[in-house]
Amino acid sequence: MTVLVLIEHDRGSLNPASLEALTAARAIDPQIEALTLGAAADGLAGELAANGAAVVHQVHADLLSDYGPEAWGEATAQAVRALKPDAVLACGTERGNEVMAQAAARLDLPMVANCIEFVPGDTWTITRVRWGGSLLEQCTLSATTKLVTVAHHAFEATPSQAAGTVAPLPMTLDPALARTVVADRVERAAGVTLATAPLVVGGGRAVGSAEAFAPLEELAARLGGVVGCSRAVTNNGWRNHTDQVGQTGTRIAPDLYIACGISGAIQHWVGAMASKKILAINTDPEANMVAKADYAVIGDLHKVVPAITAEIIRRRG
Amino acid sequence: MIGAGIVGNCLVGHLARMGWTDMVLLDKGPLPNPGGSTGHASNFIFPTDHNKEMAFLTVDSQNQYIAAGLNNTCGGIEVAREPQRMEEFKRRMTSAKAWGIDARLVTPAEIKELVPFINEEILLGGYYTPSVSVVDSLATGTLMRDEAVAKGVLSVFANTEVMNLLTEPAPGGPRIKAVVTDRGTIEAEHVVVACGVWSPRIAKMAGANIPLTPAVHQMADVGPIDILQQSGKELAYPIIRDMDTFCYERQSSGSMEVGSYAHRPILMRPDDIPSIQASALTPTELPLTYDDFDPQMEQAIELMEMLGDAEIRYAINGLLSLTPDANPVLGETPEVRNLWSAAAVWVKEGPGIAQLVAEWMTYGYPHMCDPHGSDISRFYPHEKTEWHINARCNEHFNKTYGIVHPREQWASQRGMRRSPFYAREEALGATFFDARGWERPQWYSSNEQLFAKFPQAATPRTHEWDARWWNPVTNAEHLQMRESVGVVDLTAFNEFDFEGPGALDFLNYMCVNQVNVPVGRSVYTPLLTPHGGFRGDLTIQRLGEQHFRVITGAFDGGRDHYWFNKYLPTDGSVTFTDRSQGICTVGVWGPNAAATMAKITTDDTTVPFDLSQAGFPYGAVRDVLIDGVPCTMFRISYVGENGWEIYTNMEHGLKVWDAIFAAGEEFEIIPVGIGVYAVTGRIEKGYRLMGAELESEYNPVEAGLARPKVKSADFMGKEAYLKARQEAENGAPAAIMCTLSMDSQQCADGYDRFPTGGNEPILTLDGERIIDAKGRVSRVTTAGAGPSVGKYLLLAYLPPQHAVVGTKLQVMYMNECYPVTVEVAGAQPLFDPTDARMKS
Amino acid sequence: MRVLVCVKRVPAPGAKINITADGQAVDTAYLAFTTSPHEECAVEAAVQLVEQHGGESTVLTLGPAEADEQLRYAASIGVNKAVLLPIATADWDPQRTAAAITAAIRELEAAGGAFDIVLFGNESADSGNFQVGVRVAHALARPMVNGIKGIEVDGAAVRARRDSEAGVEVYALHLPVVLGVKEGINLPRYPTLKGRLASKKVAVEQAVPQGVAGGQQMVTLVQAAEQASTTVMLGNGPEAAPAVVDLLEELGILK
Repeated sequence: MTVLVLIEHDRGSLNPASLEALTAARAIDPQIEALTLGAAADGLAGELAANGAAVVHQVHADLLSDYGPEAWGEATAQAVRALKPDAVLACGTERGNEVMAQAAARLDLPMVANCIEFVPGDTWTITRVRWGGSLLEQCTLSATTKLVTVAHHAFEATPSQAAGTVAPLPMTLDPALARTVVADRVERAAGVTLATAPLVVGGGRAVGSAEAFAPLEELAARLGGVVGCSRAVTNNGWRNHTDQVGQTGTRIAPDLYIACGISGAIQHWVGAMASKKILAINTDPEANMVAKADYAVIGDLHKVVPAITAEIIRRRG
Repeated sequence: MIGAGIVGNCLVGHLARMGWTDMVLLDKGPLPNPGGSTGHASNFIFPTDHNKEMAFLTVDSQNQYIAAGLNNTCGGIEVAREPQRMEEFKRRMTSAKAWGIDARLVTPAEIKELVPFINEEILLGGYYTPSVSVVDSLATGTLMRDEAVAKGVLSVFANTEVMNLLTEPAPGGPRIKAVVTDRGTIEAEHVVVACGVWSPRIAKMAGANIPLTPAVHQMADVGPIDILQQSGKELAYPIIRDMDTFCYERQSSGSMEVGSYAHRPILMRPDDIPSIQASALTPTELPLTYDDFDPQMEQAIELMEMLGDAEIRYAINGLLSLTPDANPVLGETPEVRNLWSAAAVWVKEGPGIAQLVAEWMTYGYPHMCDPHGSDISRFYPHEKTEWHINARCNEHFNKTYGIVHPREQWASQRGMRRSPFYAREEALGATFFDARGWERPQWYSSNEQLFAKFPQAATPRTHEWDARWWNPVTNAEHLQMRESVGVVDLTAFNEFDFEGPGALDFLNYMCVNQVNVPVGRSVYTPLLTPHGGFRGDLTIQRLGEQHFRVITGAFDGGRDHYWFNKYLPTDGSVTFTDRSQGICTVGVWGPNAAATMAKITTDDTTVPFDLSQAGFPYGAVRDVLIDGVPCTMFRISYVGENGWEIYTNMEHGLKVWDAIFAAGEEFEIIPVGIGVYAVTGRIEKGYRLMGAELESEYNPVEAGLARPKVKSADFMGKEAYLKARQEAENGAPAAIMCTLSMDSQQCADGYDRFPTGGNEPILTLDGERIIDAKGRVSRVTTAGAGPSVGKYLLLAYLPPQHAVVGTKLQVMYMNECYPVTVEVAGAQPLFDPTDARMKS
Repeated sequence: MRVLVCVKRVPAPGAKINITADGQAVDTAYLAFTTSPHEECAVEAAVQLVEQHGGESTVLTLGPAEADEQLRYAASIGVNKAVLLPIATADWDPQRTAAAITAAIRELEAAGGAFDIVLFGNESADSGNFQVGVRVAHALARPMVNGIKGIEVDGAAVRARRDSEAGVEVYALHLPVVLGVKEGINLPRYPTLKGRLASKKVAVEQAVPQGVAGGQQMVTLVQAAEQASTTVMLGNGPEAAPAVVDLLEELGILK
């Protein structure tokens, strides 16, 4: 059996998620091969060998000097046609899923995304994640070449030394595919909005007044985030409606949401529940927000928030 | 306390105030909003209610919210699109007057002034209540809960689910023992189910039944709306209730909450409510079914055009609790001792009801007001089935904003209980009214022939409202009974047998009057609450040395059954048998009743039975044969005529009925409806009715039912009763039950009106409400024609200064005042004051 | 400009998703259905594109008859036309779905002219196959980029932005294009009452979906292992501040 792993990189810089795909592939067959697209990735061969790649197929083409979903997908498709592997794995990242989908479309083959378990065979039985992991699906995959992506973080990457024999894979790509190659890269726009902020400090009725939001503002500013609030706050006229997190306000999805004195009424919760992590600061240990949060501090926000800011200043100046 | 909604929270607060010291409050959800109906309630209070109990509890609750500082007064306008709604507003003005609520009728232009964004062109007018408010039910509940916690008498466990309720066997039925939760088991002497829509499921764990169903109330929050945002306030404009579309619009800061009671009834089962985890919002905030709501949107836009451009930001099928008769379900469950229900309560009445239940648990009965309309023991078994609950809730859901007549009859679940006479009654053209499942003839169209004899009885009522669920033939039946003889179907009575060596002492403890009468005699007696108010009234027949039979009415049978069972001795000295299902009853009354019965009544041979007053005096009970059928005759009357209640086994009933009618033919005997029995005949005699004149706020002295002497034996409420007697001796009771007559019934439009007896306020000639020394308002408890006295009569409690024969007062009906005169102060009958007819 | 937006009807679950006893579907007895969140943004984007550039928007779905609700939702916020490809189940496998949508687009274009922009969501909320839009684009031989959080159209030129670890990638495309839209591109508007009522009057066109089963077939759904609610307590009062800052560092919030 030949299992080929598509390696994801950005202009030569390896996406470590690909190592998870290499580890997953080794569970199917210890003899695995890697595929890198673009000359910039040639330098990755050693690391791929250290992670189990017996062969590293390298594709060189001008079109592959930067990322382009169609060019990458076409290159992967051609590699499949040339190498006739039994399976191709990639990591289920944004690019990984996109390239595999492009390749699958070109090969007119099925592609199964975000898998966490494989039972190989003529037909594979696969467990994959749905609903962002809330639900699992068991499915079968029948194809001459099995195209699958591995759910990110489902496998822990472990090194395993293999030969890593470099094998150039010549191919010609249609120049028209340049149409979807990255044309430009720009810095992220300055100034974060509530909807896109990586950090939100939220205040509820317990904040008490418009002025009392100042410590929350300061903490948010120090962490590159913004301040949000509950409906009770806008109802009291303490903050503008644009700051309202919730069902009838903005739905946020920051890396961390610090909810200060917010009970966690559903109206607010549905706006905040997409946050990756939640830290609740509340006097009531039974408060809904505390129960639902990942982390909690029990105490008065008027004392806890300035203390956090002071601690940040102490550590970072 | 299971359930941390408005009820459970306020209950622990009130219980703490009343001295309870070791309480636990559980909820399976998080705090402060565990996910029940309280969490999504619209939280507004329109205080006007025609029902005294609910009006009292609503106003009291609003006062509790005010005391908590969590009542935001914004005013409210009920608006009318249809003419009959304007009539209803007059009735609301009357109820507002009775309960002391500031309210006024407003024109479309005045509505526009208060609510500039309304389309007044489609409105006929409005009913404006300045005190309408929006309350913070979650915060109020939190305050009450925290108060109990601060006193050190309450532990709170949120996120704790009840898995089971444990009971232990005890005399008289199982007793609650413990609550099993997912975090451990709590032993408890008392457990309260305050779980809103989940209450039936929780009660069932102990084998008890809380008859309610979760039902959908649709609500959408739409906004933003400029004019509302610009107000800068949570509530800058009065709440609008668009009564004829069953819809409301309430400002919520910059947006408008639109709620509806117009959609098809959508009922659920408690077990089908999704878990907290599986709910997108909370378990009681289900996704809006838009198709049901669309017509309301169009009507809302018609009323407030700006709503059309507002965004639908939050829209739910919110769950709330409905019960078969739309009243709450309160009190100790009849099935399990010390397991209490505080369910089917809305935010508007939550704190008041919490206090009421707390008093009930603490003092044995509420002090603040009579709870009979909400008493869980009011339900008969057939009324507690899911079938019945759903049938009745399906019927009344769309009456939430409807115009419901005081005499309105149910359409569903009819024919549940029929007497053996039903087929005869039907053939006689009976119009049946429902009495807790029993079909009772209210009047008989066959008696219309009497209009020729009593043309004065045939007068129709001009106003449709007054004539609804009424027929003038009742007056004709009344007159014919008084002139000759009539037969009343009383099968709806309940008969409870108490037997055994302890029966006499037990009943003497339960009753005010002396039960120790000779065998074959009877006693009429009030039952009192521990604080001396009316808990019941009934007659007891002594059938043997150790055998007593209680006769009580259809509407209080369930409550009386519970009350006797609760206090039944646990030593086995008394057995309690409910014989209601096996016994049917007819009343035969009138000057020719004795002559009629004499033709067919014998002893157990063929020897005619002595029906003379001497041989068979008033109040006596005798076993006889009627046309050969074993029967029990009881010489008594609720209509003021000589005659009997006749009891026999159900299977004998039809033969007895036929025998009576055959015997009475020569006297032109007629069937007589409940319209006579319960209203016209009764009111002419000034007889009191439990639930109308007789309520726990009043005592026997005030009702005029105190006997000259008090028995030496102890009885429930005796201390309070003695105190009430003493107060009356020292001066006067705070109120006296009076019979009043209307001097004129003519309304401003020039025709006569007929009050329905729905709490119409009695006013001074200056139009002031009359409040007695205990703060109770004078209002009509029963109203009806007195065909034999030629007057339209009202019963009402009046303070002593007004309770003087000849005093001129007013009654308000449909927002108009009519002159009335006090005819009788006390229990003396207006018709036949010496009761000569009953004893001749 | 002619814009097509393809959406999927999906359940709107709470914190826990229950599955039916046969394991074939999400238990939706008391769940609402919604448009997959990325697609909700795609619908908003379609409406905005037509608001900015004129033209007409169409929404298309492959799904059960009840997916009419999602089409009308799109109509209620301003999409002009709606097409339903009715199927008997909640969904088809991704290859079959793509084939059916491709065929439908060809028919729609034959009848009413080509679509300048076809929008998909980045992936559906429920099945998350990450490929239907890509397959459709390939079949139509149109450029396709997924993960789009910004669209600017200037004549035939389209600049589409997508977030990456490093910053923002810009794709310079030419109409016609197919784009997979990601949540955050906009804040979808809510329907207005009038919009909702008007959407009821939109005629939903129906076409019989064409497509053969692909190589991926669902066997059963499985509940993910229950995650106990574990709130990590960092402490009480101001004394908890160091623990909080440790956390900020650990999460990379405080750099």
